[in-house]
Amino acid sequence: MAADSSMVRFFLMGKPHNVPKGLTIQKAMEYAGFRLLRGCGCRGGFCGACGTVYRVGSDYRLKVGLACQTVVEDQMYLAQIPFFPAVKAAYKVEDLPPTAETLISLYPEILRCVGCNTCRKVCPQEIEVMRYIAAAQRGDIAKVADLSFDCLMCGLCASRCPAEIVQYHVAILARRLYARHITKPAVHLAQCVAAIDRGECDADLAAMVAADSARLKALYNAREIEPEDLEAAGQE
Amino acid sequence: MRLPYFPGCTLHSKAQNFDASARAAALALDIVMEELPEWTCCGATFSTSADSAMGLVAPTRILASAKDAGKLLTLCSFCYNTLKRTNRVIATDAEQRRKVTTFIEEDYQGNVQTVHLLEVLRDEIGFEALAARVSKRLEGLSVAPYYGCLLLRPADEMGFDDPERPTILENFLASLGCTVVDFPHKTECCGSFVAVGTPDAAERCSARILDMAVAQGAEMLAVSCPLCQYNLDHAQREVQAGRGRTARVPILYFSQLLAIALGCEDACLHLDAHVVDPRPRLSKWLGQQSQATALV
Repeated sequence: MAADSSMVRFFLMGKPHNVPKGLTIQKAMEYAGFRLLRGCGCRGGFCGACGTVYRVGSDYRLKVGLACQTVVEDQMYLAQIPFFPAVKAAYKVEDLPPTAETLISLYPEILRCVGCNTCRKVCPQEIEVMRYIAAAQRGDIAKVADLSFDCLMCGLCASRCPAEIVQYHVAILARRLYARHITKPAVHLAQCVAAIDRGECDADLAAMVAADSARLKALYNAREIEPEDLEAAGQE
Repeated sequence: MRLPYFPGCTLHSKAQNFDASARAAALALDIVMEELPEWTCCGATFSTSADSAMGLVAPTRILASAKDAGKLLTLCSFCYNTLKRTNRVIATDAEQRRKVTTFIEEDYQGNVQTVHLLEVLRDEIGFEALAARVSKRLEGLSVAPYYGCLLLRPADEMGFDDPERPTILENFLASLGCTVVDFPHKTECCGSFVAVGTPDAAERCSARILDMAVAQGAEMLAVSCPLCQYNLDHAQREVQAGRGRTARVPILYFSQLLAIALGCEDACLHLDAHVVDPRPRLSKWLGQQSQATALV
């Protein structure tokens, strides 16, 4: 315990640092004097660069978090995993059928899954990783895509997998297959692109380019908003 | 009756005809097979390594997810064998139970009874009652029951039927109106997953079974295992190319025959997925379209 109650003591790769309470791990490291070059990306919980493993005090459980999102705790022993070796198959998604055979031929190791669920336990996004690998084994591409949607590709699942699976590469392949072959094509999008190609938006665009800053601000404030956005804005 | 149902990977991929025909037939008998909301591969093979717990982890988690119902229905012989034998370990071996349930963080004592659809038909419905509900008796169709290995063995753990002289499939087929063809190789091995590494060896195992069944007058074989179905059916591929063996005998899942006899729609049978096409022989019982289609 740090002597001052407004401070906490955490251990970065075994070395103790005293920092103020309430900082994220990332800010705590910077407070302690580190300049972050790797293992630090968006600082907003989206890029997956700052995967961190830690234990607290004498609790045997291994915990994980994104350093930019997780608040530092007293007696936290941590290390960052900015990179973990992973094999990635090369493919052209348009040439691949969306089947179990595709996933298994590119990533045969998915059949080695023993169902230990360790991947789920170390996912800072709380994704059902084991469940989507099970879905991958039986070719349920839509389910893999759905379950893995929030994956940031931080790599912590792969770091702990006893079957040496690189789950997030399997998942992004499934999401690509899903987008390419399974989802219905967006008809209105194609129509909009065709309208742009025909020059139907040229005059509006030229007017926007010519507009001054005050005019742009007025246009922005008067823009069309989706009904659900309006509702959300009304609640705030 | 509602029963939690574990399909297993194969019934969601290569053996969808097994899954769909069983679901439709069960529903016709007022049994709702409720697929577990989440499930993984059961491991496919029960690990006989006594001091390793890893092979028990996945099947125990699957079993635990059905603990409130106390029963788990399955169809594939591999899944049935793996789940049942795993549960026996969890129920009887306190040390393994502690190790595995602590690891998966589930309080599970081994209370789930793994049941096969054939057992439900025998024990819950009864073959006499089943015969009374059959709308299309398969009269004149000579079917050889084929058990393979995993439904029956090891007998003291599976407790499914007599391992040497089983009768459950025979009684089932008789209740549908089939002529039951007894043959001595009904509990021999089809070659199992030897088919992956040395397909010739598996094919020899299957050919021996097929020859004997045909010699005894079988027009079809009824099975309950996707791998038996694959091996016995694919061993006859050569015949289609005009080479080798001459016997051509369709290999059906017992659930497909059940669905036909109960008047389920043809769509649930997926009879086009077979190497040896069963449709010519079954044609007089087929033709059950969905009512919606018929109305249009």
